[in-house]
Amino acid sequence: MTALTILLVLVLLLVVFAMLFRLQIFTSIFSGTFTRDIGMSNSVNAILMLVFLVFGGAWFAYSFVENFNKMNPPIASIHGHEMERMFWITMAVIGVAFAITQSLLFVYSYKYQYKEGRRAYFFSHNNKIEVIWTVIPAIVMAALIFAGWKAWTRITGPAPKDSVVVELMGKQFNWLVRYPGRDMKLGVVNYRMIDAVNEFGFDLSDKSALDDFTTNEIHVPKGVPVLIKIRSRDVLHAVYMPHFRVQMYAVPGMPTRFWFTPTMTTDEMRAKLGNPGFNYELACNQICGGSHFAMKATVIVDEPDDYQNWYAAQESFAKKNPEVLAALKQKPASMVSQATTPAETKEVAPAPLAASY
Amino acid sequence: MSDMAAKPNLSPGVQTQGGIGTAAVPATEHGEHLHHDEHEHHDQHWLWKYVFSQDHKQIAKQFLITGMLWAILGGLLSSLFRLQLGWPEGSMEWLKPFLGKWIEAGKLNPEFYLALVTMHGTIMVFFVLTAGLSGTFSNFLIPLQVGARDMASGFMNMLSYWFFFLSSIVMLSSLFIETGPASAGWTIYPPLSALPQAIPGSGSGMTLWLVSMALFIVSQLLGGVNYVTTVINMRTRGMSMSKLPLTIWAFFLTAILGILSFPVLFSAALLLIFDRSFGTSFFLSDIYIAGQALSNQGGSPVLFQHLFWFLGHPEVYIVIMPAMGMVSEVLATNARKPIFGYRAMIGSLIGISLLSFVVWAHHMFVTGMNPFLGSVFMFLTLIIAVPSGVKVFNWLATLWRGNIRFTAAMLFSIGFVSLFISGGLTGIILGNATLDIQMHNTYFVVAHFHLVMGSSAFFGLFAGVYHWFPKMFGRMMDEKLGYIHFWLTFAGVYLVFMPMHYVGIAGFPRRYYAWTGFDAFSQFADMNKFISVAAIIAFLGQFIFIFNFFYSIYRGRRATQNPWNSTTLEWTTPVNPGHGNWPGEIPAVYRWPYDYSKPGSDVDFIPQNVPYSKTQSSNLPYEQEIAE
Repeated sequence: MTALTILLVLVLLLVVFAMLFRLQIFTSIFSGTFTRDIGMSNSVNAILMLVFLVFGGAWFAYSFVENFNKMNPPIASIHGHEMERMFWITMAVIGVAFAITQSLLFVYSYKYQYKEGRRAYFFSHNNKIEVIWTVIPAIVMAALIFAGWKAWTRITGPAPKDSVVVELMGKQFNWLVRYPGRDMKLGVVNYRMIDAVNEFGFDLSDKSALDDFTTNEIHVPKGVPVLIKIRSRDVLHAVYMPHFRVQMYAVPGMPTRFWFTPTMTTDEMRAKLGNPGFNYELACNQICGGSHFAMKATVIVDEPDDYQNWYAAQESFAKKNPEVLAALKQKPASMVSQATTPAETKEVAPAPLAASY
Repeated sequence: MSDMAAKPNLSPGVQTQGGIGTAAVPATEHGEHLHHDEHEHHDQHWLWKYVFSQDHKQIAKQFLITGMLWAILGGLLSSLFRLQLGWPEGSMEWLKPFLGKWIEAGKLNPEFYLALVTMHGTIMVFFVLTAGLSGTFSNFLIPLQVGARDMASGFMNMLSYWFFFLSSIVMLSSLFIETGPASAGWTIYPPLSALPQAIPGSGSGMTLWLVSMALFIVSQLLGGVNYVTTVINMRTRGMSMSKLPLTIWAFFLTAILGILSFPVLFSAALLLIFDRSFGTSFFLSDIYIAGQALSNQGGSPVLFQHLFWFLGHPEVYIVIMPAMGMVSEVLATNARKPIFGYRAMIGSLIGISLLSFVVWAHHMFVTGMNPFLGSVFMFLTLIIAVPSGVKVFNWLATLWRGNIRFTAAMLFSIGFVSLFISGGLTGIILGNATLDIQMHNTYFVVAHFHLVMGSSAFFGLFAGVYHWFPKMFGRMMDEKLGYIHFWLTFAGVYLVFMPMHYVGIAGFPRRYYAWTGFDAFSQFADMNKFISVAAIIAFLGQFIFIFNFFYSIYRGRRATQNPWNSTTLEWTTPVNPGHGNWPGEIPAVYRWPYDYSKPGSDVDFIPQNVPYSKTQSSNLPYEQEIAE
């Protein structure tokens, strides 16, 4: 019944609009404005242009300031601060261009509205000002490109030798985390060895895989470069950690990487924000299927000592799952060797914490 | 559809223009050709006249109306997912009669949510803003503005529409199949798009998507080849390339971009079909999914991204350049001023076209591509800001000291410039590889491209429809409804997409069904509600336009021959041009298309077909030489 009433009201509203529209046409025919090219509405539109500039600009400025704090996720990495500075400098530059061009657009529209008897100024080109407004943006862009390029090469350059290594593997719909263990070497993994227990695909015939351990949470130490090695075992995913300003795709068949240095422990950030429930989060940022929006992991930044203790307390995957190792021994040697992936995954990982601590 | 097709009166010899000089040979040829046409087309069956028409004007209308239907559907899909984003906890039970099994226990199915965003993107980018925009106006305006009887090949042109129609049917049918339409995002990155195990939409839905897109590409190529051929070969006497209206330059370059880039998408689609159906490994490697290790090895998902964006980036210019051309035309006409820097405008279009082929990898800064490539593409990407800036400054200079008439088309053109500025500027942030690390795939990107290519191109489309409606249907659209439509849409677009930047700066990922699982993305629930309300109102506002459009076809005020006092050739045709466009000889062209408010002239516009010898009082010195 309610639905019917709503429908009826809607239909009636439409009829009213249609009648009003016809009425408007009849009155304009009657008053003779129907066929006139330029009437009152021209100056109304001109005024609206100015109104739009003033009120639109005011609303934008107000809402921007009002939401400014909400739109800045706290930063907890060294390069994050650098990016943040560059972001707001660029925003300021484009903000100036935005304000000038939009103001001119609406002010000109208002100021040069049609006036009876006035004639537009025949002005087809002027090489001098055209050169000026080609060259100035080019110079500004060159400066922005240079700054961006320098930061980009630094951020994406090789990770420092003393970096802590963590490996993340994306899968539908969670993140698997692996650390290299005591030998500081990540062992071989092979997607053909993946099953319900061996989610990462450890190839335990590789000695360096024996002490690798997996965890649910990602722990990293504060103030130490962290190299994240990234894999995917099914579709594309992306490691996105907004607080660290880190993002890199997880690509099946092609390991990727990103390194950063955390600057604040989880506890420090909780204290700073006054939010005891705060956690650094890792989100998947490349569409990967139905539960893409729930593909999340927690990152915990520890003091270096706490990190050491945590690291030492972990038990290796092989120890936790002896049946995987046992199963391996029963397999014929040919199958194992066939499954070995390129040496590229055997990269030497340095000590979890450099001697300087 | 309407009574626009007056009886073709194609008898040669009736000159619309005081023929100056000797009639050139091509015109005579056209004359004879016409005579021949007369027998063919005089008493056409309605099927050949309205459905399988080879008349470029009729084909343009077919593209326009199909595009409008697609736009309504695309907008409707966006309203559905905005409901989900604005009210993630709300019940959607009331949609069950329409969506059926995609509503589970009052909730939208998350996989169907992805299907909605995928189809919204696909429909809007390809079916509305490529076929609907460029298909309509390239078809309609190229022959009329260069002074040709029709396209180089009317038959190919007809095929172009019908391939598009077929492609539309296939894409539409994919919405109704059991496993749902394609759901891997409009960029269909494999492996997600290649593996039905990964998401149900990658089953038959994806197959239909690929088939539809292959047909679509055929349609684009048939159209594009025709546009380029017509512009190069069929310009009327005197219409040199440097006298072409900017619309034609834009359509011409757009067609070239399409011809060069769409085949690459075709190849990508073909390889993906191979991977999906024939066991190849172009894009697949080392995959364990649904409890099974696949045999595919050695493929690269990044390769697909390169192929996709080699089309995908020029594609955004394919969408925006026709709008730029039409806006230039409408601004000059209604400011009663020549477009400022005509040659710079052509130069910047050419610059943008060239650069558009060498910037594609800026969509891929963080996909694992070599960082050195990132540096190169950042450099090339940010350069493109320069020609874009030139265009904006030239549009502003065109308004300066004009005598502006605010027609609905003019309002949408001014709106276009405003949106293009707002959306274009944030491209400077996203094109910077360093800043893109944080912004990639967030709502900042969504806000950016919806302003700069989505809404802007839509505004260009509206400007075009309002401006050339009298030529299409011989009647005027209602101006007052046009004003309401404009102000509602203009405010709506800003209310939707400006706050979306804030959400993006906060790092909200796109293509998320809900952000409720993350503390980092919890602060903008109210803002998302606000955006949803604004988006749905702006969408509903478009029905004002739909009403105005169809009402005016039948009941609109009758148009005069040149209602906007414009200089270009299409306004020298009769109010309702028949097949062949000009009843008599095609007028010759003597001057550039922007002689508005020329000093010394009595009227404030001198059409292109008026020779200098007739405008002694307003000729510039070099024009005087030509006149003598």
